[in-house]
Amino acid sequence: MREQFRTCPRTGLIFHRPAENLIKANAVAAVVFLLVGGFLGLLVVLTRWQAVHLLGPDTFYQALTGHGVITLLVWIIFFEIALLYFCASTLLRSRLATPRLGWLAFGLMMIGAAMTAIAILQGGSSVMMTSYVPMPAAPQFYLGLIIFAVGALIGCFIFLGTLVIARAERTYEGSIPLVTFGALTACIIAIFTIASGAVILVPTFLWSVGYISQIDPLMYRVIWWAMGHSSQQINVAAHISVWYAIAAIVFGARPMSERVSRMAFLLYIFFLQLASAHHILVDPGVGTEWKLFNTSYAMYLAVLASMIHGLTVPGAIEVSQREKGLNNGLFEWLRKAPWGNPVFSGMFISLVGFGFLGGITGVIMGTEQLNLIIHNTMYVPGHFHPTVAVGTTLAFMAISYYLVPALFQRELVLPTLAKWQPYLFGIGTSLMGLFQMGAGTLGVSRRHWDMAFAGSPFSFEYGGTAHMMMGLAGFFGVISSIGAAAFIIIMVGTILFGKRVSEKSEYTTKRPARLPRAEPAPDHSNIGVAGFVAPGTFILALVFLATFVVYFFLNFGYLSSVWPMS
Amino acid sequence: MSAILPPSERIWWKQPIDRAEGTWVAIALVWCLIMFFMMPYWHVYGKQNYKGEAYRTTPAAFSVKVEEMVQNHTVRHVTDRNIPVVRPPAGSDVYLLARLWDWYPALELRKGETYRLHMSSMDWQHGFSLQPLNINMQILPGYETVITITPDSSGEFTIVCNEYCGILHHQMLGKIYVVD
Ligand code: HEM
Ligand SMILES: [Cu+2]
Ligand SMILES: [Cu+2]
Repeated sequence: MREQFRTCPRTGLIFHRPAENLIKANAVAAVVFLLVGGFLGLLVVLTRWQAVHLLGPDTFYQALTGHGVITLLVWIIFFEIALLYFCASTLLRSRLATPRLGWLAFGLMMIGAAMTAIAILQGGSSVMMTSYVPMPAAPQFYLGLIIFAVGALIGCFIFLGTLVIARAERTYEGSIPLVTFGALTACIIAIFTIASGAVILVPTFLWSVGYISQIDPLMYRVIWWAMGHSSQQINVAAHISVWYAIAAIVFGARPMSERVSRMAFLLYIFFLQLASAHHILVDPGVGTEWKLFNTSYAMYLAVLASMIHGLTVPGAIEVSQREKGLNNGLFEWLRKAPWGNPVFSGMFISLVGFGFLGGITGVIMGTEQLNLIIHNTMYVPGHFHPTVAVGTTLAFMAISYYLVPALFQRELVLPTLAKWQPYLFGIGTSLMGLFQMGAGTLGVSRRHWDMAFAGSPFSFEYGGTAHMMMGLAGFFGVISSIGAAAFIIIMVGTILFGKRVSEKSEYTTKRPARLPRAEPAPDHSNIGVAGFVAPGTFILALVFLATFVVYFFLNFGYLSSVWPMS
Repeated sequence: MSAILPPSERIWWKQPIDRAEGTWVAIALVWCLIMFFMMPYWHVYGKQNYKGEAYRTTPAAFSVKVEEMVQNHTVRHVTDRNIPVVRPPAGSDVYLLARLWDWYPALELRKGETYRLHMSSMDWQHGFSLQPLNINMQILPGYETVITITPDSSGEFTIVCNEYCGILHHQMLGKIYVVD
């Protein structure tokens, strides 16, 4: 038998060599694509900043299509595949199932991503990532996405196969850890997502080469969003798993209760992937009952799950800090948290930004009637940058600070820049999102080259405030881009030039010891306030709820001020 | 480190729930239900709803109806492109067509009157975004969206296209004039 496993001297993680190589390859591909996608984001935001108005209309729509596809699909999914392998093989100390197929998956994803990217670059496919029919893109635009998805699907099955192996070979005691459970949630949703994607993209590809004469635009939207939105739920499940992992890694935190956290993931599996209707609330020909049930993920049960994770992740950190003696008052545990450690600061900004900005606004937009005053405005990018860029992307950045040195056995370069990077990217992107929302509330459209409407027979002027909002979004977009660039510089620098870690870490043929259960929780009667073990988190959660309630009804106030309609 | 380790209790689903967690789950559940019931509530008591009324149509059939309305009710023309302004009778069916890259025709409505506004696209998808009110609807080819509106403010309103529809998407404006 060949030498297979090594133990990382710093982190104690046990890497199976083929899994390690695949994790490295997927993570590096992800970072390279983030570079491209982030750069396009900078061009886009500098064009929407009306005073700068950088690109012409053709290059703007081309860059926007590229930005959406490359960040949202390519960067995130490559990273997620790396995470899936990590959560199954590394966390469970198991060998990875079928590494050869892992390389096939990687190859297909690279080919697919490149094919779509080239189609966009050639100019005939500036159709936005949603590629709404009947606006046509080049056939290879769709084909690339399909090939990419096939690769990702293989990755999902390798993850499942690895879970089966780990169980059969008894590499761990008891049940799989919570983080792996979360990854399993992401994987199940991913399989559903890719199936929906196939149902819509395969016919669209055939249509683009002329085998199908017509695709119904409404049907396209319903099915496309069954893919498009569920893929966001993969992201949510994945980045929440990362939050739990970071809480465990940095603080040694244990979930407040396994039962609640796992139930919340189960709610995701049952209800989250349901949702696609919130993208078609103001579309013709969709029934009201279906809209209500679907847009609310069955009465908001999946939102409930997110609100649960939003409490239990910081709650777990609080309990662990209090156990260590930071038990004074409500917030000593938070004040004395390691704010200079990018693994923690990135995760915490991700959590707050995702909850307060991304989460609340997502539910607002998905409320059937409120969508009338939001659909397709800048409010939409204002919502999803806090979710996918602050929530998912920043969480992935945070865990990279932990994983990349362990994988490549090198010291992190530029530690001071690393300390600031999560703040630059997290706060820059959050504020960009906030001002985009402001502009959207004032009616500015998304995906729109010119808010001054040059060349139109009619004229219309947005107020000065709307222009100011877009300018501020532009400014903070630049900050956010600097933050993204800093991340890429640190990661590439570490991989290429980082100092080799001094401790030796050899591959051995010995199977790793079985992964033990966690220690049982100690008695908590001596920590916390008034019978609450995590009172600070509870107060923060109540602040969150109050913000949510006020903002929800405020929006109904706006709605009631527009023309009556039915 | 237990989130990355197997749970300590063999039967994790019987673990007792902490007080903070239990209370929060209960509060959050109540709020979720309130948000959910706000939607049917607004359908009954709110004034701004789109009930999803829509019909299948074709570009040809729809443009016939638009032309008929333009022939019968045009009151003037505006802009250097001579875009007709149509003043349909109060309470009537009004047709608005979206195409690359304009909204046709311009409309003149009376404040406080109710109209049934029919919209459809001749080609690709478009977005009806009425500014500065900020009312937004998706317009699809092959589907005729019908929405009953009662303008309760007067003045000049602009229809911005807010679904990306190609290179001159930014020039796609239309007008609704509301007179007292
Ligand atoms: C690097 C900093 C970033 C900047 C400055 C930026 C800026 C922007 C801007 C200005 C828009 C266009 C709004 C419009 O006109 O409709 C946009 C769209 C978008 N962004 Fe970003 N963004 C950044 C990072 C990200 C990241 C990390 C992600 C995802 C992981 C992301 C996902 C998207 C998506 C999906 C769209 C929508 C594209 C479409 O409408 O088809 N962005 N971004
Ligand atoms: Cu349009
Ligand atoms: Cu348009």
